[in-house]
Amino acid sequence: MDVSKITRILVVALLACGLAVSAAAQTSVRIGGVMTLEGPFTVLGQEAVRAMEMAFEEVNYSVAGKRIEWIKESSDGRPDVAVGKARKLIEQDKVDILIGPMSGGEGLAIKEYAKSVPGKTILNGFSAAQETTLVNPAPNFFRFGTDGAQWQAGLGSYVYDVKGYRTAAVVAGDYSFGYTQVLGFMTEFCAKGGKVKEKIWVPMGTKDFSSAIARIPDKVDAVYVMFGGADSVNFLTQYFQAGGKIPIIGGSNVTEQTVLSTKGPFQRHIIGIPSAHMVADGIEDPAYLEYVAKYKKRFPDGLAAPSAPFYGYYVATKAALTALAQVGGDLGGNQGKFREALAKLKLDTPTGPVILDENRQAIANIFVTEVAQRPDGTLYTKVVKVMRNVNQTLGQPRDAFVARGVPSRDNPSCP
Amino acid sequence: MLLQVSAGWGRIARWTLMAAAIISYPHFAPQFWVVNIGAYAIVLGIITLSLTFLAAYGGMVSLAQMTVAGVAGYTLAILSSHAANVGSAILPWPWALAIALGSGTLAGILIGLVSVRTKGISLLMITLAIGMIFFYLTQQNTTLFHGFDGFRGVKAPIVFGMSLREPIVFYYLCMGVGIALYAAVSYMVRTPFGIALQGIRDNPRRLAALGYWVELHQVAAFGVAGFVAAVGGVLSLWYHGGISPGSVGITAMVNILIVAVIGGLGQPRGALIGALLFVLIQNFAIDLFIRERFNTVIGLTFLVIVLFSPDGLIGIWERLRRNRKRGLRSAPNGATN
Repeated sequence: MDVSKITRILVVALLACGLAVSAAAQTSVRIGGVMTLEGPFTVLGQEAVRAMEMAFEEVNYSVAGKRIEWIKESSDGRPDVAVGKARKLIEQDKVDILIGPMSGGEGLAIKEYAKSVPGKTILNGFSAAQETTLVNPAPNFFRFGTDGAQWQAGLGSYVYDVKGYRTAAVVAGDYSFGYTQVLGFMTEFCAKGGKVKEKIWVPMGTKDFSSAIARIPDKVDAVYVMFGGADSVNFLTQYFQAGGKIPIIGGSNVTEQTVLSTKGPFQRHIIGIPSAHMVADGIEDPAYLEYVAKYKKRFPDGLAAPSAPFYGYYVATKAALTALAQVGGDLGGNQGKFREALAKLKLDTPTGPVILDENRQAIANIFVTEVAQRPDGTLYTKVVKVMRNVNQTLGQPRDAFVARGVPSRDNPSCP
Repeated sequence: MLLQVSAGWGRIARWTLMAAAIISYPHFAPQFWVVNIGAYAIVLGIITLSLTFLAAYGGMVSLAQMTVAGVAGYTLAILSSHAANVGSAILPWPWALAIALGSGTLAGILIGLVSVRTKGISLLMITLAIGMIFFYLTQQNTTLFHGFDGFRGVKAPIVFGMSLREPIVFYYLCMGVGIALYAAVSYMVRTPFGIALQGIRDNPRRLAALGYWVELHQVAAFGVAGFVAAVGGVLSLWYHGGISPGSVGITAMVNILIVAVIGGLGQPRGALIGALLFVLIQNFAIDLFIRERFNTVIGLTFLVIVLFSPDGLIGIWERLRRNRKRGLRSAPNGATN
C-alpha cells in the first residue's frame, strides 16, 4: 500500500469538511461560550452554562429583533485548550461574540488571541488574573467582573482594624491566581502597617499539607490561606487536625459555598473566618434576593445558591445583550458601535452597578465577609463591609500601581 | 507490460495530485482548517512518529515521548524571549533551537539508557515513571520551569521578515518538516542500523550471538526517536505560544499512545493518520449529537477502533485493500469458467 492513497483520501475528506463551513445568517447573532466542562473545574463550567442559559432565557433568545444562536465549547482549564476552542468558535462556527473563559491562565491566553481577531468581541467569563486587563490589554477584550486582587479589597484593613491582627503568614497555591490574591490582601494590610512574616507557597496538586502547616511560624497573629475549592477543604481539615490555633484569614475561594457546604469536622472551626469576594451569600439587597430566587427556581438541581462563576458569566452575558439592544443589533463596521456601547455601559447587576475603566476592566462592589451559621446549621458568608466601586488599581494611581510589577512569589513583600 | 506502464503513470499522477493538494490546501481552506486542524495534526503526528518508529522497528513502546518533546519545548522556552516577565532572549534563536533539539535527543538517549533492559509492560511503566518525574519537576520548580503557570507568549522566530507562526508559513513549515522526518525514518530503517534494529526486535539473542551490541542499538533508536519528538516539541511550543506542566502531564503522555494506536502502532505512517483523526474528533465531537457527553464520543470512537482493528486505521485500510485485490484476481477466473 502506498502513502499517496491514504493522503489522497485525507485530502479529499479535509476539503469536503473545509468547504462545509456554513455562512452566518444575517437574521441572527451568534454568541459563543467557552467554559470548563471537563477537568478540575467541571462544576464551575456547569454553573457557566446555567448562567448563560438564564441570561438568554430572560430575553427569550432574541435581541433587537435578531435570534440568538448559542454555541458552547468546553475547555479543561488549560490555556492552550481554551485558545483552541476560542479559535474554533470564532473561525469555524463564525460566532460574533465570545463569552469566556473560566480560569486565569486561560484568560491571559485568550486575551493574547483576541488581538489576532480585531473584528470580534470577547467578554471575559470568570477568569480573574490581574495582568489580563492591567498589562497590554486587548482592545476587543472586555471584563465585566473584578480581578483576583480586587476581590480582596477591604480585607487587609478589616483584619488590621477590626480583628487587630498586626502580623501574618501566608499559605497559598503556587500559581498566578494565588499571587494575585495575596497581592490584593497585602496591598492594604502592608499599607496599614501590618507585616507578613513568611510566605509559604504550596505546589498545585498537593494533597498533604503537613509540611506547609509545620512551617507556619508560631508568633504571628493570623494565617492568610488561599487554595481552590477541594484543596481548601483538605488544608483546613489538616490544619485543625494538627491542632492549628492561629486564626485564619481566607482567600476568596476558601469561604466559597462549595467549601462551606462540604461536610466535615473542619466546619466547626471555620465560623468567623474573614474573607472577601465579588459576591457573598449574605447580601440582603432585593435585587440580589430576586436573582437567587430566580436561580433556585430555574435550576432545582443546581447549587444551593448561584456561585461566583455563575455571577461572572451571567453578568458578561447580560452586558453583551444590553449593549446589543442599545445598538439595535448592529455588529457592522467590525463591531465598532457595539464595542463603544459596551465601553460606556453602566450595568446594574445583582451586586450593584458595574462600569468599565479605560482598559475595559470592571469597577464594582466587593464584599468583605465572615463565615456565619444560619439557624438551620448551614454556613454562609455574612457581609460585614461593602467596598463600593473598587477599581483595578485598588484606589492607587495607575502608574504607581503598574510600576510595582505583576504579582509574584516575592511581590509584594513587607516582612 | 502495458498494465505496468499505466500503473507507473497512475502512481506519478497520484503523487502529483497529492503534492498539488498539499501545496494548494492553505490557499482555499479557512485558516482554522489550515492551522488548528492541518498544522496541529502534523505536529502531533511528528511526536507520535517518534513512538511508532520505536514501536514498529525497535519493538519498544515508550510513554515518555511527550516528555522528550516537553524537554525540547521547555529548553527553547527558557532560552527564548517570552511575555511571562522573565527576561528577553538569552540566546539568538538558531542557537536556542539547536540546544533545544540537542537536549531533546539527549533526553531520549538518557531515557533509553535507563529503560532499555526492560520491555513490554515494564518498559511502559519505567517510561511512565520518568514522564511523571519530569511532570512534577516542571510543576514544582518555580525558578527554572515557572511551576504551574509555565511559559506564555513564546514567539516563533522571524525568518526573512516572516514570523514562522504566520498561519500559512507555519502550515508549510510543519508539512515540510513532517515529510522530511518521515522520509528520514523510512530511509533509516533500510540502513544497516535499521536492519540490525529490526533484527534485534525479532530476536535479540541471535543478534547478540552474531556480535551486535544490542543495547547500544536500542539506545541509539531512543536517541533517534528523541530527536524526532524534540522537533515535534519545538513546533508544538510555537503552535501553542507557550508550554506548561499540563503539556507534559499524564493526559498528554497517554494521548500520544492513543494517537499511535488509532493510526496503527506497527507502522510510522499510522502516526499522521491517527493524529488527524484525533484532532478532528477533539474539535468536532462536541458538534455531534451529544453536546454534553462529547468525551464519551471520543472514548467510544477509540474503543471501536481498537476492538475492530487492533492494528489501527492503517490495519483497516490494508485489509480492505487485500480483499479488493483478491476480488480482482478471482473475477477473470470466474469469467473463464
